[in-house]
Amino acid sequence: MQFFIRLGKKTLSFFSFLGGLSNLALQTVYWSFLPPYQKRRVVEEAKKAGLDSLYIVSLIALFLGVILAFQIAYIMQRLGSELYIASIVTLALVRELGPVITSLVVAGRVGAAIAAEIGSMQVTEQVDALETLATNPIKYLVVPRFLALTLMLPVLTLYADIIGIMGGWLICVFKLGISSSLYFKIAFDSMLFKDLFTGLSKTVFFGMLIALVSCYEGFNVEGGAEGVGRATTKAVVTTFILIIASDCFFTALFYFIFP
Amino acid sequence: MNDSIIDLKDLFKSFNSHKVLDGINLAIEKGTTVVVIGRSGCGKSVMLKHIMGILQPDKGQVLVNGRDLGELNEKEINGIRMKMGMVFQGGALFDSLTVGENVGFGLIEHADITHKELFERIEESLYMVGLCGIANLMPSELSGGMKKRVALARALCMKPDIILYDEPTTGVDPITADSINDLIKSLHDKIKVTSIVVTHDMKSAYKVADKIAMLYQGKIIFQGSPKEVQETDHPIVHQFINGLAHGPITETIDCFR
Repeated sequence: MQFFIRLGKKTLSFFSFLGGLSNLALQTVYWSFLPPYQKRRVVEEAKKAGLDSLYIVSLIALFLGVILAFQIAYIMQRLGSELYIASIVTLALVRELGPVITSLVVAGRVGAAIAAEIGSMQVTEQVDALETLATNPIKYLVVPRFLALTLMLPVLTLYADIIGIMGGWLICVFKLGISSSLYFKIAFDSMLFKDLFTGLSKTVFFGMLIALVSCYEGFNVEGGAEGVGRATTKAVVTTFILIIASDCFFTALFYFIFP
Repeated sequence: MNDSIIDLKDLFKSFNSHKVLDGINLAIEKGTTVVVIGRSGCGKSVMLKHIMGILQPDKGQVLVNGRDLGELNEKEINGIRMKMGMVFQGGALFDSLTVGENVGFGLIEHADITHKELFERIEESLYMVGLCGIANLMPSELSGGMKKRVALARALCMKPDIILYDEPTTGVDPITADSINDLIKSLHDKIKVTSIVVTHDMKSAYKVADKIAMLYQGKIIFQGSPKEVQETDHPIVHQFINGLAHGPITETIDCFR
């Protein structure tokens, strides 16, 4: 009996989350198109989300490329076809790992910051203060972050793809003795436009997801510092799950659209 | 009453089946200072947020300048908000902006004015609250009392007709508290703003009020001049203003002991 009550409560809270999130998404899109546009604030947020994430994205993408090359080399050496390491590393990065790992890094770094910032603004009544100053909190707080993340995540992903391929290059050239020009030739020959397109297009959606979920959790903070902590955790965990789940959906969709 | 600038009619509001406002009726005349007293958590701040249009009532009307906030769209409500200022309990200054940007926020966002004018308005507002030359500091560098005064400057910068104060003297030292009281009083005397002050600091209430109203269990149970409040034999009001631990307010708690 207790189990069903809990299950019912969970289901209800899930749907209220979904409803709240869709509502926020609609309002955000509406306010995004309504002038005046806050270009300065979008640039500011884009800098926070994009430029300031470059370091960590570079580091992780480079390691990822190196790890991939090693792991693939392990099996390819047995098969005697080391040349294909380049193409597998490239495809794995561009189609899947680049977009997802970059999104997860940004969700952890930028999403958490957004949830914590808006959450503490909520508990210190700054969100209410915005309204008393005749300023819509969604327009002022959500829209710049939403636009910044939607624009910056594909750019960051493209950057991560390139760095990851360089990581693979390090191993292939210095460990396995494949020549540089051959590595790049195989890498880029195997990559089609659709690989890059499907990889980058889903990050547009992931960017929106990170911004919306983090802002939503921030606005719904209840009860002081502890609440802010809880909201931050919730924002990160929820975005992680949603990113992976929607990635599964996109992969299946693209598999049928671009066979 | 036709000269009332704010009129609360039969206001009801609940949060998660917890009744906070239970039929409030309160009319506030133009140019007066009304102090609303009541225990912590009795819904005073919630009432202010209704007047600002941040919260919508479950039932009842909020009339500002004779217009029902419930019937206006966001743009019209914002038009009314431009003529109102609210001073939050903790200041609620935006901590990513400087003091100057905070004070001039409304003008920067909504008014089409030059840099020079903006700067003058910010300095003027800060001067009125007795804080000059701090426009470039960040809110985190200010003391609690200064934050409250900057918050007041932010409200003043829009040249409002109505100012709402949420516990302006709570959490500051007695001297700062008194200077805030003086400030509220001088704004009332000099520029004839209508003020609503929510507080449980009786010293402050007696000093600034034209009228005192007491909020208890979601209703206004008493209103009158400071003198009438002091002389009343209403048992609940009497217990509250004298700060007695025993009486009708705490009776319900006592019977559980």
